[in-house]
Amino acid sequence: MKVPVTWLRELVSLPDSVTTEQLAARLTEFDLKLEEIISSGISGPLVVGRVLSIAKEPQKNGKTINWCRVDVGPEHNDADGGRGIVCGAHNFVEGDLVVVSLPGTVLPALAKFIPGGEISARKTYGHVSDGMICSSAELGVAGDASGIIVLDAESAAPGDDAIALLGLGDEVLDLEVNPDRGYALSMRGVARDTALAYGLEFVDPADIAVTGTGEGYPVTVEDSEACPVFAARAVTGFDPTRPTPSWMAQRIEQAGMRSISLAVDITNYVMLEIGHPIHGFDLSSLQGPIVVRWATEGEKITTLDGVVRTLSTDDTVVTDDRGPISLAGVMGGAETELSATTTDILIEAAHWKAPMIARTARLHKLPSEASKRYERGVDPELPARATQRVADLLAELGGGTIQDGLTVVGTATPRPPVAMSVHLPTQVSGVDIDAATVVESLEGNGCEVALDHESLVASPPSWRFDLNDPNDLVEEVLRVVGYDKVPSILPTAPAGRGLTVAQKLRRRVGNVLAGDGLVEVKTFPFAGSADFDRLGLPSDDIRRHQVLLENPLSAEEPGLTTTLLTGLLKSLVLNIGRGHADVHIAETGRVFLPKADGAEAPIYGVDRRPTDEEIAAFAAALPDQPHHVGLVMSGERVRTGWAGPGRQATWADAVAIVQHLAEELHVDIEVQQAQVMPWHPGRCAAILLDGSPIGHAGELHPRVLKAYGLPGRVAAAEIDLDALIDASPEVGPRPDFSSFPVAKEDLALIVDEHVPAASVQKVLSGASSLIESVRLFDVYSGDQVPDGKKSLAFALRLRAPDRTLTDDEIKAAREAAVTAAGSLGATLRT
Amino acid sequence: MSAPNSSYDPVEVTPLHADEVERMRDEALAAIAAADTLDALKQARIDHVGDRSPLALANREIGALPPQARKEAGQRVGQARGAINQALAAKTAEVEAAEEERALVTEAVDVTLPWDVQPVGARHPITTLSEHIADIFVAMGWEIAEGPEVEAEWLNFDALNLGPDHPARTMQDTFWVTPERAAMVLRTHTSPVQARTMLTRKPPIYVACPGRVFRTDELDATHSPVFHQVEGLAIDEGLSMGHLKGTLDHFAQAIYGDGMTTRFRPSYFPFTEPSAEMDLLCYVCHNEPDAVADCRTCKGEGWVEWGGCGVVNPRVLIACGVDPERYSGFAFGIGIDRTITSRYDIADLRDLFDGDIRFTQPFGVEL
Repeated sequence: MKVPVTWLRELVSLPDSVTTEQLAARLTEFDLKLEEIISSGISGPLVVGRVLSIAKEPQKNGKTINWCRVDVGPEHNDADGGRGIVCGAHNFVEGDLVVVSLPGTVLPALAKFIPGGEISARKTYGHVSDGMICSSAELGVAGDASGIIVLDAESAAPGDDAIALLGLGDEVLDLEVNPDRGYALSMRGVARDTALAYGLEFVDPADIAVTGTGEGYPVTVEDSEACPVFAARAVTGFDPTRPTPSWMAQRIEQAGMRSISLAVDITNYVMLEIGHPIHGFDLSSLQGPIVVRWATEGEKITTLDGVVRTLSTDDTVVTDDRGPISLAGVMGGAETELSATTTDILIEAAHWKAPMIARTARLHKLPSEASKRYERGVDPELPARATQRVADLLAELGGGTIQDGLTVVGTATPRPPVAMSVHLPTQVSGVDIDAATVVESLEGNGCEVALDHESLVASPPSWRFDLNDPNDLVEEVLRVVGYDKVPSILPTAPAGRGLTVAQKLRRRVGNVLAGDGLVEVKTFPFAGSADFDRLGLPSDDIRRHQVLLENPLSAEEPGLTTTLLTGLLKSLVLNIGRGHADVHIAETGRVFLPKADGAEAPIYGVDRRPTDEEIAAFAAALPDQPHHVGLVMSGERVRTGWAGPGRQATWADAVAIVQHLAEELHVDIEVQQAQVMPWHPGRCAAILLDGSPIGHAGELHPRVLKAYGLPGRVAAAEIDLDALIDASPEVGPRPDFSSFPVAKEDLALIVDEHVPAASVQKVLSGASSLIESVRLFDVYSGDQVPDGKKSLAFALRLRAPDRTLTDDEIKAAREAAVTAAGSLGATLRT
Repeated sequence: MSAPNSSYDPVEVTPLHADEVERMRDEALAAIAAADTLDALKQARIDHVGDRSPLALANREIGALPPQARKEAGQRVGQARGAINQALAAKTAEVEAAEEERALVTEAVDVTLPWDVQPVGARHPITTLSEHIADIFVAMGWEIAEGPEVEAEWLNFDALNLGPDHPARTMQDTFWVTPERAAMVLRTHTSPVQARTMLTRKPPIYVACPGRVFRTDELDATHSPVFHQVEGLAIDEGLSMGHLKGTLDHFAQAIYGDGMTTRFRPSYFPFTEPSAEMDLLCYVCHNEPDAVADCRTCKGEGWVEWGGCGVVNPRVLIACGVDPERYSGFAFGIGIDRTITSRYDIADLRDLFDGDIRFTQPFGVEL
């Protein structure tokens, strides 16, 4: 809400000593938060002048300039009783009153052209121009900018201060009005709060005597719940040629609206003044009685903005014999709008049900000044008074005749009273507030208060839709007492149990990844088929089944991702594009896996807790959203440098990091050869937990790299972190080792090249209870082994928990290992 | 070797003559003095005190002397060998020290050579700040609650006193899941976690809920469709706004240091009543008279906006199954991303999300 300070001061007798900044700060404390103070920034000698003479001087460039003598008042005139000023505009004649910026005047609108926007005497077209005759654009005010401003004759005298005359010294408070304070979208509401904030008396501008009697325009309201009050009043014989007085036009512009015509401006002015939206119909264009009803499906109306809108049964309309003539509370129709020739006007001020207007404005994407107010609640006591105020102004400023007939259909329902203990404000706020202060504060907000010992009943005023519960009253009391009075008391929570296991393990995973040289990124979880195409996912891949959004930010990414790789690869591309060669990044976050199609989350009432079954229905409908951990690595894992050659990041690094995570969480995982996009078919490991895959690690498929424009090789992994965390035992393994001497045995085995090393390692480890560890230390294929075979060399460490091993025991264990490996077709290399 | 002398006849044994022993000793000492490597010393040891050295051989001849002469000869040889061994030990220490010295010199390196072969990892400041905040609340006995990011409409809105036609719903630009009748949204705030907590736990409840939230803002320098909040919720008997302020003051001090405080301004949130905007004392100028005017962080205000808070609306308590006659509570929320951009003077919010490793690396693994 933009509040011109001069207008506010007219309604509340604020002391002059209160500066605009102080006022704004005080209103901010009162829940009318200052966004900014708007001012014209114009200063200096901006005065009214009378054009004494005009000499037209054609120039070589084809233009004609006017060399004028202008009387700018005795204080500013030179010895010859005027000033010489060059002016290029031609919309004025000798004797006209104009606005002159004398040297020293600062016009911010000109700051683009002259330093600081400061006017000075300057030589131009062979004269010294001793100032400038101003256009509306140069002053930053509304009006026809094609020529200079010509003031109404006799409206001022030469030498008068034009800053005051044009309201250019006005400051405007732009206040943020919260949705619960619809009443503050009016000067009336802001003035009431200002008076309350300063303890001043408040004179209500809506205190208007309604004069109309007798029958007015015939109106029927079909649903009094949708439209509880409908008032109408006719004014005839209005002179549509009359201009809007400058003070009114100024206030309308200051409030952020446009001045259009006198009749329209008056309706807007009254809305700004008392907060009630008003619609004006051209009375002569109405056909038959007005009926207010729900729209029928598919009914059409052309609104004031010229758009044809198709209505539904959710909309309420004002109709006459031809059909809808106004979309209730949102925007009027074009066919009956006030035009440049309208002389007879029917003024409508109706009270509409707030949620209905909100829905209509939302459905038609048509937020208007009217709908903004209706949504937040408009005082239902005002319709008749609003029509009276508009009629009075149409008569006063436009020469119209107010018709005696007054239509008022329906009456406002008083707001239900709210009962509260007088101690509640103290209990809720922690500030000691006595009963007298409670009562006084509520009365200041317009409530009628009945106090009975410890309990009070407050009847909220008609304009306060936010006062429904005891706590609502507390807020109003505390606003007056001051939020700064709230004490600071640290509550004592009962002893807690710290972080949950999952929370601790997620932290640990984060630290392991950082320790392994990965930089954590936070990417957006949005993705689409283009992403899945780049990843080479087959058309029937489950990972293409996304949670889709009704209103995604981009058509390219219409839903939520099912894999962290979409975001990670975008970050990788960005990093490489920015010149980083070695990039190792990781992300821990949720992916989104839809439930069956058609899953719907329930909506319950709010007057009670849903039952446990009802609560369980949320989880049944919501998509699965497991935490995953993903990583991608490009470039060197060990950097080439002075100490020697480095090493590219490979599939092995990706697998190793996953194994490190599993070890850190004490979870046994298994690594198995796999072929899954987007991984390289020969360099992809499935990570198994109890035999089920929980993710993959390896190198990306060259086609994927090409699709992303990535150079070289990229190692990547993604696993279901929740699954890993769920499998993590509460207590890790017991340290169990023997202090007897170790025996070391090396085994070189020849196996078929397709036998996974992990399988051989596994059978060796289980071959004898004396085998403490098995480590693969060499892999060879080539001349020394037969075609289609490879040699795997393992180092075995043998140890008994209770004795030193004998040579026979060592030999037996070694033979057991060879036998076990034989089950995979392995033979000892000789 | 001469045969043992069992008679008492004097026998001449040349190697045991005094001047002969002296000569052997001097030769040995000269050889030791001349040796300047450990190898040369080893040779000198073999030559002069080894089993086949002249003195060792001479020593064996002592038996050939008549008993009365043995003692003197033995002493003579013994002294010579002692002197040699002593010289050998001294020289060995000397040569070892010199050799070590040489080795140390040749092994010297340029320790300023950079060792940058291992990639350096780091954790995102959003993560580490969230954890830091969690730790602050855990230290007060609070617990950390979590919830899903795709959330039921009822939990994100209705349960929090944001009915279907509530004007505040249009304030929050919500991502809706397809189809609209699925009644699911990307949570617009972490507040549904409060609702979930109240629905599943009995008071007293003291929880903080950090998490990722979504609004349909286009990404630019100051807006992001994805951002992070932390909310706090306390439900207990007798809680007031004073307890809210005490908690926030403590929170501010835990993050920004002693002397920090917060202030309230009235505001509106459907889920709290009364509601307040919370300002944090400017952590740069502390609103000190001589510093505040030029402060870039608070732009001369002395305070910076930090979040919203209030007393939990009893309507929310009812919808979530908490008896408002017995319990009251407070809730607050702050933006994690904005806390980071403001504290580290980061002009462009996009830096937090585009994943440039240079942004995150300087933060290390802890804030």
